Amino acid sequence: MEIKIVKQILEWNEDVSNEVKATLSENSICLINVMGSPGAGKTSLITDIINRLRKTYRIGVIEGDIAGAIDAEKIDKMGIPVVQLQTDGACHIEAMSIRHMLSFFNLDEIDVLIVENIGNLVCPAEFNIGEDFRVAILSIPEGDDKVEKYPLMFETSEALVMNKYDMLPYFEFDDGRVEKNVKDLNKDAKVFRVSTKTGEGAEDFVGWLSDKIAAKIKE
Amino acid sequence: MHELAITQGIIAAAVPEAKRHGAKKILEIRLRIGEYSGVFPEYIQEYFNIASKGTLAEGAKLVIEKVPIVIRCNKCNFEGEIPRRKIQCPECGGLDIKLISGREYFVDSLEVE
Repeated sequence: MEIKIVKQILEWNEDVSNEVKATLSENSICLINVMGSPGAGKTSLITDIINRLRKTYRIGVIEGDIAGAIDAEKIDKMGIPVVQLQTDGACHIEAMSIRHMLSFFNLDEIDVLIVENIGNLVCPAEFNIGEDFRVAILSIPEGDDKVEKYPLMFETSEALVMNKYDMLPYFEFDDGRVEKNVKDLNKDAKVFRVSTKTGEGAEDFVGWLSDKIAAKIKE
Repeated sequence: MHELAITQGIIAAAVPEAKRHGAKKILEIRLRIGEYSGVFPEYIQEYFNIASKGTLAEGAKLVIEKVPIVIRCNKCNFEGEIPRRKIQCPECGGLDIKLISGREYFVDSLEVE
């Protein structure tokens, strides 16, 4: 006997993602999902965002890692509320984990929640976690073919940060190719050339981010 | 580990439906996966075999039907299949397009006994 069902495979994740979204909207909180490879500079970018925006917004961070709490300790030292989410081997964060993590924050005292996803270009992109938008990071040493190889993450992100841009002279990296490939996948994507080490380009990116946050929390 | 989340999702979608129809065993689960919806794990059947142990779905075969990306261009009215790498109208290069298929990611039907 054949049974017709037509059910989304990741339906439960979508349901919980929508629930997280609703909770955050009630509390006027903007959730940003930061994704990229291990070593691309996700934590450095987040500390840069904190340094530049902490006077404007009350920021909280969820650090996703497979194991350990190295990144969370860094953020904690800055005096920012942070929770370490350990996935115990899982390659991505699911909405269920974020829903659980929200209980560790005082939501009345936060405007922006930044989630540092697991360092991985593949799996995190398939799971919505209640975010308002995604930011993808690709660093120069990783190579300029990553957008073509791992399209989903770049396609679903509103901004791409090309990090370690100060290293461009030392690598065979065509930043124009990356920008073009990103725009082919998502014509509205913003592309920023940044070095979290020298500070180059960071102001532009954070300025854009600040406007996005303002638009959400004023809603 | 991502495969496990997906196989669990497949089981969660299929088993309650099979039970509701009074099935004793699920023989086959047919999935429709759009090419736009991301990388589909290759080893999903192996994961499924482990995750489905002790459920009605144990031993079921997964049959995956890939759905191509089909768009309609709002500018030149082109309608047809496009490659995943370049999401734009292949005729006029327009970006104002409507996705007709390719985002599917679901369990379509079951064969049970």
